[in-house]
Amino acid sequence: MSQDLSATPETPKEDGRPKWDNKFQYILSCIGFAVGLGNVWRFPYLCQIHGGGAFLIPYFIALLFEGIPLLHLELALGQCLRKGSIGAWNTISPYLGGVGVGSWMVSILVSLYYNTVLTWVMWYFINSFQEPLPWSVCPLNENRTGFNEECYESTAVNYFWYRKTLNITPDIAESGTFQWWLILCLAACWAIVYLCTIRGIETTGKAIYVTAIFPYLVLTIFLIQGLTLPGATEGLIYLFTPNLNTLKNPRVWLDAATQIFFSLSLAFGGLIAFASYNPTKNDCEKDAVTVAIVNSMTSLYASIPVFSVLGFKATTAYWDCLDRNIISIINEFDLPEESIMRQNYTSWISFLNSSYPEKIGGLNLKSCDLQEFLDQSVSGTGLAFIVFTQAIILMPGSQAWAILFFIMLFSLGLSSMFGNIEGVFTPLLELQIIPKSAPKELLSGIICLISFLIALCFTLRSGSYWIDIFDRYAGSVPLLVIAFFEVIGVVYIYKIKRFSEDVEWMTGRKLNLFWQITWRFISPLLLLIVFMAFVTLQMQKPPSYTAWNPKYEGFPMKEEKVYPPWVQAICVLLAALPCVCVPLVALFHLIKQKRRNKSPSFVPPEGFSCQGANSNSSHPKE
Amino acid sequence: MQCLSFPLHPGNCTALCTTAVRVCSSPDAQNAFKVRISIKTALGDNAYAWDANEEYLFRAMVAFAMRRYSSKSTTQISNVLLCNVTDRVSFWFVVTDSSKNVTTVPGSEVEAAIRMNRNRINNAFLLSDKTLQFLKITSTLSPPVEPSTPVWIIVFGVVLCLIVAGIVFLIVSGIQKHKKKNKESTERENLEEKVEVTLENGIPCEALDLKAGHINGVFAAEDERFTSL
Repeated sequence: MSQDLSATPETPKEDGRPKWDNKFQYILSCIGFAVGLGNVWRFPYLCQIHGGGAFLIPYFIALLFEGIPLLHLELALGQCLRKGSIGAWNTISPYLGGVGVGSWMVSILVSLYYNTVLTWVMWYFINSFQEPLPWSVCPLNENRTGFNEECYESTAVNYFWYRKTLNITPDIAESGTFQWWLILCLAACWAIVYLCTIRGIETTGKAIYVTAIFPYLVLTIFLIQGLTLPGATEGLIYLFTPNLNTLKNPRVWLDAATQIFFSLSLAFGGLIAFASYNPTKNDCEKDAVTVAIVNSMTSLYASIPVFSVLGFKATTAYWDCLDRNIISIINEFDLPEESIMRQNYTSWISFLNSSYPEKIGGLNLKSCDLQEFLDQSVSGTGLAFIVFTQAIILMPGSQAWAILFFIMLFSLGLSSMFGNIEGVFTPLLELQIIPKSAPKELLSGIICLISFLIALCFTLRSGSYWIDIFDRYAGSVPLLVIAFFEVIGVVYIYKIKRFSEDVEWMTGRKLNLFWQITWRFISPLLLLIVFMAFVTLQMQKPPSYTAWNPKYEGFPMKEEKVYPPWVQAICVLLAALPCVCVPLVALFHLIKQKRRNKSPSFVPPEGFSCQGANSNSSHPKE
Repeated sequence: MQCLSFPLHPGNCTALCTTAVRVCSSPDAQNAFKVRISIKTALGDNAYAWDANEEYLFRAMVAFAMRRYSSKSTTQISNVLLCNVTDRVSFWFVVTDSSKNVTTVPGSEVEAAIRMNRNRINNAFLLSDKTLQFLKITSTLSPPVEPSTPVWIIVFGVVLCLIVAGIVFLIVSGIQKHKKKNKESTERENLEEKVEVTLENGIPCEALDLKAGHINGVFAAEDERFTSL
């Protein structure tokens, strides 16, 4: 065919849909979405409390039977239907449109609070340029005779986090005022998100090269540094020593299943959106396996520097404890300096205890046990902003390490934010909320602006309590429900036979029996069990939280409080709202059909299939 | 108990020694202060040994402090008594007042004098507040240095400027691309209007071989015009 005859140029957008510059960009975006803050601060914690290396067994079983199948399903779905979550589910069946709406809602809720966590990371980042680091020293009190009381009783790191950053109230009911420094950082974070997602995947595709690869560089640097620190080996041995007895506890299996599920960012709609920009003839099976394995390997890789640093911190705390005891003994008995060293401490103690028991008793020596320091496990924000920052102070060149660490956290979170925002942006673009003539930049600007305004409520003094609530309720149960309906919808309503033909057409080879079995039986069953176990565990005790209350008698321990009824109602609302979309939309369509007096049918419109919908792109540009 | 002062007048020796004995047998006397020195912690390998010369220097420094505080030159080195020196390097000291019948100077005065001259005393021994401890005397902590503008605001300003610059650049380039596309499409429309040909699938009909355009090559197996595959 002579080229000059055709006046239509070979545009890359045959159906007007943007596409990835290359396959690597797509894979990197999926990996960046999956690899997030949880890989760094949740997985190592779970490994630690659930018997070290033994946790890998339920983890990999969950990966094999729950993670990879669901991931493959979502990628195949998006690639086949070439629409965002709402459009895709509407195409499969209007009765299942609620699944898309539900995942769209979850993406919004999670974007709101996730970016606020990034705000905290940014706040720490911009504070890392000072010498000394602001979280290493306690401020003085008013008459300069000693340190600030709240800081003195807890630690400087705790004080900087709870007072200088969050300025937290002792109770969730006391909202307090807006914290202007957090508002500034929040505005900057949403501006960065806008900058990167301004034109959808055209811009995120470029940004992902940096935000997805940079964390691996920093993790490697921390790995090398961490392994050279004293006490690193203790930390690593502690982490990886398997304790197979923990496998008898069903809680461990539940945690493994939920960790895999939330870690792969399933049911957000973001993966469907990413895959929808692919050419249809793409091997989604290989992509799914690649992304899942890279995500799990990253979790393992990240836990090594994390535990080296935690081991270093525990060892330093142990040495400090020993040194304090040694000083007390030396001062009490007026022994020469350096007569008692850490090595001969135990022999000295036993000697002195036998000779002068009352004097030793009067000193109130703390028992120093390295195991006890290693056992202090923290996850989530506590790990990053309290434990890790404390360890960084002890390293030489702390400013550089702090800056690197917080940029790494920011990149990890930002690449996950791209997926979240894409899960919100793509369906809205398809629903044509704004007229087609208006630029895409306007829609992304509106999304970012509205999200910023709503997220301002997290900058109140009680904001971090609300973020915990969002994390626990909006970002957990609804996802399980939506994923369950996703599998059921594809397998039993769209029908597995048709879907496997579609996948066969896309990948070019027959669907493996493994996928058939997992999609049909194992994954829905696993999801159901996990959902029931999760809800049961949550309902066992009234939902409570721990509050930072300087006036509490057990201070610096956090005070355990129960949520007031109105907060509990909001928790239920957050969890139920996305889930309830599924039956609501189905009901809505049922009523609409009944009104038209047509016989309601659950059979999706005939003639739809991947091949049929994409017949004009049978020769896609590679 | 050893008398540690070397008086000029033999007559004073007995009286001072008695005071020393009294102080050293009841170390909780109100006007005595315990001092604790940690030389090895402060100086590590460069640590000097604590001997009689160092003790002499200490007494001299305390006398100096008293002189400077009260501005009267009556305090002599001999007025400062040390006792109970241990291997830890810790000892008690007391300042006597030779003008007032060999009584001890009130503790509050000594405390104030030491506080005023703490820095000089520390520097004489190359030690700090923590390593040369006067156990009853608390030190005033120096406030941390705070720059006039907090550093974080500067960093934040830089970051925000970069972000805003990036956003403006992307929006402007987007608008330019949009304008160019609009201009191109209006140009193309104008061109097509000028030509005024019938278009089929965007391709001018005259350019097409009408026959070839209507005949479906797939079903033309019988037609020998087409080359056999």
